[in-house]
Amino acid sequence: MSKAPAPGGRAASAPIMGHESEPTLFQMSVPDRSAYQLRTTGVPALELDQLVPRAHLNEVVVAIAEVSERDLVAHFTRLSHRQFSVDLGMYPLGSCTMKYNPKFCDAIANDPGLNAVHPGAPASLSQGWLEIMVTLEEKLCAITGMSAATLQPAAGAAGELTGLLLMRAFHETNGDDRRRVLIPDSAHGTNPASVTLGGYEVTTVPSNERGLVDLDALKAALGPDVAGIMLTNPNTVGLFEEEIIDIARAVHDVGGLLYYDGANLNAILGAVRPGDMGFDIVHMNLHKTFATPHGGGGPGAGPVAVAQRLVDFLPGPKATRMPDGSFDWVAPERSIGRVHGWHGNSLVLARALSYIDVHGGEGLTRVAQHAVLNANWLRHRLRAILPAAYDRVCMHECTLKATELKAKFGVRGLDVAKALLEEGFHAPTVYFPLIVEEALMFEPTETESVQTLEALAQAIERIAQRAQDDPESLHRAPQSTPVSRVDEARAARHLIATADAER
Amino acid sequence: MADYLPHTSDDVASMLEFLGMNSLDDLFAQIPSAVRLANGLEIEPGLSEPDVAAIFAGYSRANEARATTMTCYAGGGAYDHEVPAVVKALASRSEFVTAYTPYQPEVAQGVLQAIFEYQTLVARLSGLPIPNASLYDAATALVEALNMAHGATDRQKMVISSGIHPHWRAVARTFAHGTAHEIVEVPLRNGVTDWDSVDVTGAAAIVSGYPNYLGVLEDLSVAKALATREDALFIVGADPVAAGVLKSAGQWGADVFVGEGQAFGTPLSFGGPYLGLFACSEDQVRRLPGRIVGETVDSSDRRAFVTTLRAREQDIRREKATSNVCTNQTLMAVTAAIQLGWLGTYGLREIATRCAQGAHYLHDQLVGLDGVSVVTDEPFFREFALRLSLPAALVVERMAERGVLAGLAVADLCAGADPSIDMDIESVLLVTVTERRTKEELDYYVSALKEVLA
Repeated sequence: MSKAPAPGGRAASAPIMGHESEPTLFQMSVPDRSAYQLRTTGVPALELDQLVPRAHLNEVVVAIAEVSERDLVAHFTRLSHRQFSVDLGMYPLGSCTMKYNPKFCDAIANDPGLNAVHPGAPASLSQGWLEIMVTLEEKLCAITGMSAATLQPAAGAAGELTGLLLMRAFHETNGDDRRRVLIPDSAHGTNPASVTLGGYEVTTVPSNERGLVDLDALKAALGPDVAGIMLTNPNTVGLFEEEIIDIARAVHDVGGLLYYDGANLNAILGAVRPGDMGFDIVHMNLHKTFATPHGGGGPGAGPVAVAQRLVDFLPGPKATRMPDGSFDWVAPERSIGRVHGWHGNSLVLARALSYIDVHGGEGLTRVAQHAVLNANWLRHRLRAILPAAYDRVCMHECTLKATELKAKFGVRGLDVAKALLEEGFHAPTVYFPLIVEEALMFEPTETESVQTLEALAQAIERIAQRAQDDPESLHRAPQSTPVSRVDEARAARHLIATADAER
Repeated sequence: MADYLPHTSDDVASMLEFLGMNSLDDLFAQIPSAVRLANGLEIEPGLSEPDVAAIFAGYSRANEARATTMTCYAGGGAYDHEVPAVVKALASRSEFVTAYTPYQPEVAQGVLQAIFEYQTLVARLSGLPIPNASLYDAATALVEALNMAHGATDRQKMVISSGIHPHWRAVARTFAHGTAHEIVEVPLRNGVTDWDSVDVTGAAAIVSGYPNYLGVLEDLSVAKALATREDALFIVGADPVAAGVLKSAGQWGADVFVGEGQAFGTPLSFGGPYLGLFACSEDQVRRLPGRIVGETVDSSDRRAFVTTLRAREQDIRREKATSNVCTNQTLMAVTAAIQLGWLGTYGLREIATRCAQGAHYLHDQLVGLDGVSVVTDEPFFREFALRLSLPAALVVERMAERGVLAGLAVADLCAGADPSIDMDIESVLLVTVTERRTKEELDYYVSALKEVLA
């Protein structure tokens, strides 16, 4: 290393202040305690049975919980201390893009001028929101090289299914009865699940020894009954599909459409656009590429942008810039219909637009460059312990293998991941993609400093040393976390999904 | 220019040197030059946070319908409820906000336990034992319920009361293109589902709203009897606030409950992110969409929570999965648990009751005005539809000039004619009252509408 950075910070003390379980809200409940306070309204307080026929009233009081405000605060604060987060430390969960979420974008979303607006308010009274949506659509199209977009899908998977329905509407309009959609064997599980819900059959295309789509196998799988292909590029291994131009030509030659799964769009911002690669339909995960917070598993947002020939099919109504400069809702001519109860995850959309505005075109390009730089630095730094599944330049994430540790010491990728938790880092993604044995997928993101990357590398070195000295201890890791390894089999064997379930 | 990237130019240089590279461009050499962007993105240069804040302040000002300055009587699944400072503070804790899906339970007990508490509350409010960890919104929750019904019956016919929110029905129609479900929408007559007007034979699902979207409390035993006769799943789309005092979906015999959870701590937010509530009977657990958190123990026998029954999910079952849901709306689910904790058993009953009191008070004042008549005389809960002597959209506009968002024009909500309305739909206004509305505000509404209709 030309420069040995001092190791950076990690979650070394917080979040954990002990190993005791936190009682549930229901266990804390004491009859007659309460926290709520409501406005004095002066509205006549008639009894419910004077307003509603008794047949509709529940004879049983639905128990919620009875706690004081102080206990409520303590409970959820303690729970928060039992939770790892991006704000606390590095979260290199491959494929999930756990980058820093700017506080500024949260502040934007907390403006009552945005978050106190009813979604059914007339367009004339919510012009600001419509302008946000139109502006975001324009910028997303500029970033992806597409013609128009819907902002309705609430997450990536919702975007996928929307895209497949667009594909279906397009072919049906052309009187074209197509049945199959191709998917690489490295794809996210949402892809095949979405294909089934879109009414198509999945044909899996194998990857070659370089971790890329096998072009010959792809061509063999193509035919006039193929509606399209779903590709992630860079793919889920973190490699760019170098033969994308040939892939696009082959799929288009049989009349199929190319669907771009935008899970990894963050790697190519400003370098190449899906539209220029030949894609017809693109979904974006705003919570990944444009840094909106992941919320413990959502909300996300999964806008879908399309090429010109698909514009008329987009979900509607769509916020639209009118000739007089005002904004209104307009349904595309042959719209597939609504895919969301209202207009999409609007506050997520506003956050993403503010993120794009702060960065600008150049900033977004730098985001991708530094994300790719960090992934490659980490891949290279760890090559002696965790060699890459495919040993060459990767994009924004690197898929490493724990096969050597397993062969020598019986330490699996999962053990390494669990031991990293003890070291104050979130684990990488384990055992995905399915095509890589003992896969550990690291996505450092552009917002981690080289000092933090070095600290992660040193932690992995310590784990490798432990693998040699005391492999058994790694099977028991983690121990310093709020709970140790959990009995997942027991949870599945006897489901306890609520505090009221039989134990 | 400022951004959120830590690397100095020295960092970049030394990192490239470590990789044996000369420039950042070398990292992108795998991309065919034929498609490389020569001149970067056509996006304006970046701005500082305060500069962007100024742009957004402009957007904000252009949203005249904000509930902080225009008293909100619009509902339709999105309600202006009280969200106290304590809920905002807890729900915006960055440990909840900046985590992701709890794939590593050892460091995700906070989110997992909060979801477990949320699931418990959804089960209690729905009267059904198997909740999930949340879905995107009520509309997509309904779609998942229809897919469940197809899985349970292997039939395609989905019979949906048009008392279900028009947008939910629209979303169900959209996704039916992929699943080849036949969507049969049952008209309302006098605000109540006219089940006799359609053939329900061979239905996979019978779907009712409770209250229906016009606010009417229908006797669900009619729909339940049809579902039983056809051996179809009975799906109830219920208002979870009303569920604080009304018979639960489970008590009406539902197999599946879906609902919109926005009312529990999430601001109006221009329609999202909201919260799709979902719960079902034990029989359907293997077909449950999305995630579910279960209780278990760790290796030291301490209580622990973990996502479970994972074998149903898309990342494992792929094309055979019951649903494609991955990211859901966890933060809204956690928020709902916090808000319900704040309300507590009696607070929830109190807001449900106050909504009903306010709605009935306003309703009774309004129906006495010239130019106002009822759409139905059936019992309602917290929302009601009125027939006006002027187009409802025009009335909304004129009421806005008087500082009141008077409700939702049903013709706009339905995007035209709809089987739920058997009269001139342009004249129908949907009005809701929450616990935040004072008598003074309600009386002002009455006088303003009187002026507008005069």
